[in-house]
Amino acid sequence: MSRFQRAIVVGASSGIGEALALRLARAGAQVAIVARREEELQRVAKEDPERLHPYVHDVADLDGTTALFERIEADLGGVDTLVYAAGVMPGVEEGEYSFEKDRAMITVNVLGAMAWMNLAAARFEAARSGTLIGISSIAGERGRRGNPGYCTSKAALSTYLESLRNRCSRYGVNVVTIKPGFVDTAMTRGMKGLFWVISADEAARRSLAIAQRGRSSGGFVPARWALVAWVVRLLPSFIFKRLNF
Amino acid sequence: MPRPLATPLRTKAPWRVLAGFGGAGHAACRFAAPETVEELAATLEAAKAEGLTVGFRGSGRSYGDAALNREGLVIDATRINRMLRWEPETGVFEAEGGMTIEGLWRRTIEDGYWPAVVPGTMHPTLAGCVSMNIHGKNNFRVGSFGEHVLELDLLTPNGELLTLSRQQRPELFHAVIGGMGLLGAITRLKLQLKRVHSGRLSVGSITTRNLEELFDAFEANLHEDYAVAWVDCMPGGSSLGRAQIHTARYLEPGEDPEAQVSLHVERQGLPGHILGVPKSSLWRIMRLFTNNLGVRLTNFAKYHSSWLSHDKRYLQSHVGFAFLLDYVPNWRLAYGPGGLIQYQVFVPYDTARECLRDVLTMCQQAGQPSYLGVLKRHRPDDFTLSYALDGWSLAMDFRVTPKRQRALWELTERLTERVLAAGGKFYFAKDSVLSPANVEHAYGRERLERFAALKQELDPERLLTTDLWRRAVAPVATPSAPLVAPSPEAAAVSL
Repeated sequence: MSRFQRAIVVGASSGIGEALALRLARAGAQVAIVARREEELQRVAKEDPERLHPYVHDVADLDGTTALFERIEADLGGVDTLVYAAGVMPGVEEGEYSFEKDRAMITVNVLGAMAWMNLAAARFEAARSGTLIGISSIAGERGRRGNPGYCTSKAALSTYLESLRNRCSRYGVNVVTIKPGFVDTAMTRGMKGLFWVISADEAARRSLAIAQRGRSSGGFVPARWALVAWVVRLLPSFIFKRLNF
Repeated sequence: MPRPLATPLRTKAPWRVLAGFGGAGHAACRFAAPETVEELAATLEAAKAEGLTVGFRGSGRSYGDAALNREGLVIDATRINRMLRWEPETGVFEAEGGMTIEGLWRRTIEDGYWPAVVPGTMHPTLAGCVSMNIHGKNNFRVGSFGEHVLELDLLTPNGELLTLSRQQRPELFHAVIGGMGLLGAITRLKLQLKRVHSGRLSVGSITTRNLEELFDAFEANLHEDYAVAWVDCMPGGSSLGRAQIHTARYLEPGEDPEAQVSLHVERQGLPGHILGVPKSSLWRIMRLFTNNLGVRLTNFAKYHSSWLSHDKRYLQSHVGFAFLLDYVPNWRLAYGPGGLIQYQVFVPYDTARECLRDVLTMCQQAGQPSYLGVLKRHRPDDFTLSYALDGWSLAMDFRVTPKRQRALWELTERLTERVLAAGGKFYFAKDSVLSPANVEHAYGRERLERFAALKQELDPERLLTTDLWRRAVAPVATPSAPLVAPSPEAAAVSL
């Protein structure tokens, strides 16, 4: 039996979040899909109305998280899986320094994750089971010049998930950090210089395979990005600061 | 000035994963730890305004789910712990509910006073002791903790502060004691302490070969002030129920030539090392032996070595005799990550011998013998939800593992049936397994309805709730509620 029976997918109206929600539903889970854009959410829900249950919510509304979590919990009769896939990456121009964009990224990519994961982690620790999946990014491996706010948010998310893993895995909670490389989603569409691009569905398939192992770890999606991350981490700063990506 | 409360509690209160002392059940709860009665009242009021249920928690020493409130708010009252008054002339002690038994005896022993009733550990709060109406090794002589409460203040869900005693609202007083904290917060207590003339007790040891000998020897020693038996639950046949009884009596005035010295707080310590091992690490060694074979070996050694002190007397400090559970800090960790459940059955005098024989045998036949057995003698009291009766109790510790859990729950169901058939009762501070039907059978419809009527009067919105209340009591403590039949699955989920 799948370890994912009653799931919440936050950020389920597009991209990897949508693909994960559809895959979880196909595997038989009851899935609460959470996103800001109602129209998109309804479109996803129509794919499997028996199993996909839409909840319109802006993750930036941090104070509204608890009430919605508890409502979903009551509707589904409990929750055993939380996927946090919400994320934003506004383009940052050369020479641009926008605190508003940085704040949006930290709010959605980090604080929103903390708001949802705290609620789930407490329950999963008490239940001695459950899976937390965070969609982070290879972008969190180093601070690239191209988008300081985004790299920071993903580094923070990866560290936060690592801490949660160290805190909860001893109690049977499966905490999974997914670090995708380039995925063909609205976020990356139009970007230049991409390689090894995979579809959102393929990213979702690989992500769930990692989570299903239940080893409370994480992985790059696809796995070959681990090699890139390794090289990127090894690059000395005097070289890294001369690079343009 | 009270600190401003972070409201709304529903979204601002932090979450805590809390456990019963046995560590076999956990719950994610919203958490608040007020420091004054005013803050406590404000927290209650805020929770009520938000429709959030509240459970009170002291030191968290109840073994099961008495201090958990899944997804509601748990108010930790341990910081409301001031001493309010101490009268060494009369032995009347007054404190806030969050003070612990340790906090109490440390303040009074040098004046020659000791709590009339203490549990096996010094860490519970006084309000917790009242709420669960704890008992000690002298229950047969002086009754339960509640019998020594002169007066208490109850902060009700309506924000009223009621002073209760045997004269002021006696019916409510008798329901609050043993009322599991479900009628209000006990914010202040006035206790009558016991005069002692030495910091030491005269302790005796008697080893018995089987259950019959145990009962006989125990009964022959009821003139003592304390009596308790460690029961080896492993062997069957002619050794079933072999045990070591410890008795103790207070020293008379003048009997201890060093009375003033022995009453010093410093003379009431527990050993820092046991068999050369620092006590803080001892649970790690105990863990190696916390399995059927290891306990069998340990008990074998303990039983046979107990003959060395058989029929001998020695002096021991009050702390050393009373707080056996505090000798090894974190001893519960020896039971592993699944923790333990403690299961204590109270059986009337006339049926006890046969019933407890069956209980021990049933555990052995199920391959789940208790790793610790403790036998005590009891007398009845007049509290509404009293577990006490004229008879005996046997407390048992069972290790919980994922593999054994279902079988363990099934075993306790069978044990419960057997105990109920013998007219027995159970103790909520140590319960993890009872169903509403069991509770109704044990406590009787009339008492539960009396309790429910008081709860309805004080807490009509059902603000005060715990996991224990939801699991085992609420369905049968509502005058019109239908009886809910339990299922093994429901019991397992409550873990």
